[in-house]
Amino acid sequence: MKIIITSKGKTLDSPVDPRFGRGAFFLLIDVDSGEFEVMDNSEGIAASHGAGVQAGQRVVNSGAKALLTGHVGPKAGQAMEGSGVAIYSHAEGTVQDMLDKFRSGSLTPDTTEEG
Amino acid sequence: MILTVASGKGGTGKTTVSVNLAVLASRSGRPVHFCDCDVEEPNAHLFLNPRWDEKKQITLPLPVVDQDLCSHCGKCAEICEFNAIISLPTKTIVFDDLCHACSGCWLVCPEKAIAQGERIIGETETGKAGDLHFTHGRLRIGETQVPPLVEAVNKAVNPDHLVIRDAPPGVTCPAVATIHGSDFVLLVTEPTPFGLSDLKVAVELVRDMKLPCAVLVNRHGSGDDRVDEYCREEGLHLLTGLPFRRDVAESISRGELIVDTIPEMKTAFQGLLVEVLTLAEEASR
Repeated sequence: MKIIITSKGKTLDSPVDPRFGRGAFFLLIDVDSGEFEVMDNSEGIAASHGAGVQAGQRVVNSGAKALLTGHVGPKAGQAMEGSGVAIYSHAEGTVQDMLDKFRSGSLTPDTTEEG
Repeated sequence: MILTVASGKGGTGKTTVSVNLAVLASRSGRPVHFCDCDVEEPNAHLFLNPRWDEKKQITLPLPVVDQDLCSHCGKCAEICEFNAIISLPTKTIVFDDLCHACSGCWLVCPEKAIAQGERIIGETETGKAGDLHFTHGRLRIGETQVPPLVEAVNKAVNPDHLVIRDAPPGVTCPAVATIHGSDFVLLVTEPTPFGLSDLKVAVELVRDMKLPCAVLVNRHGSGDDRVDEYCREEGLHLLTGLPFRRDVAESISRGELIVDTIPEMKTAFQGLLVEVLTLAEEASR
């Protein structure tokens, strides 16, 4: 299963980026193998409008089943509703910290998924 | 002849200059149409007090997705430059306030699932103040798409009239939409560092748009000479400035036309009208 964690840097030790639409990077992580891909979000940072919508579209297109981030803004939230992706906000610490918490099952999603 | 009164910096006196010029031109027997193109904050009607004849709603097309026909292929989201449409596995969502009505999405949809709805962006109102024809726009509160409403205001004129457009401040899309299609641009500024700094950007815009212009220093005497110097260095037509006077400010604050309340202003504006129209007519030859 793949998840996305918003990150300030390109490695699992990087601090979590609390932003979604204007977050620096999205790390697309395979929870089982620990392998990951870095998605650059400079287009989102530069977008004058609709950064949240664009980010939502990218998450949906990536096949990720969960998004871990600090806060999801109103347009991003609207965009992700009913998307099949579970959202976990209030993420903090490093990407690795959040990955460990996710694996341990100790996190509760903001919204649960119905397809 | 379409004369647009614009500025860089806000608050320099565009509305004061445009309404007073329009009134004098109209009273001299010339057919004149005044367009208040600051559709976000129209204020010229406060000075001209037109009697209203017509109100028209202005709309933009808006994509409406038939979810039953949609195959979730994502082509609409791919083509949208404004992130206004998102393609989810179970539905396609449109964000009205991001949509720029480019029509890309409904053109590329392979299922013909996107219809053209419409949404209201504001209204235009037209009327007369004496013999002076008047049109302004009122943008819907919260609306982001401004230029289409400015274009609707600009279109509402008789092309045989002398058209005077009061531009919004600055050099962004609403100002560009106002200036577009003008024959001559009158840039109103004030003799201060901010006035000069913003004037330079406005001059750059007008030059990019390849339009003739002239500069008018309002509240002359309240600052320094750097605007005058800049105009000389750049070879810009510098019109006779309007002096800084407290009684002028007081009269404006009461919503009065200063050509009616202050004789020296009437004289100054009569001179200004002749200066501007002469320059504009020369430039158009």
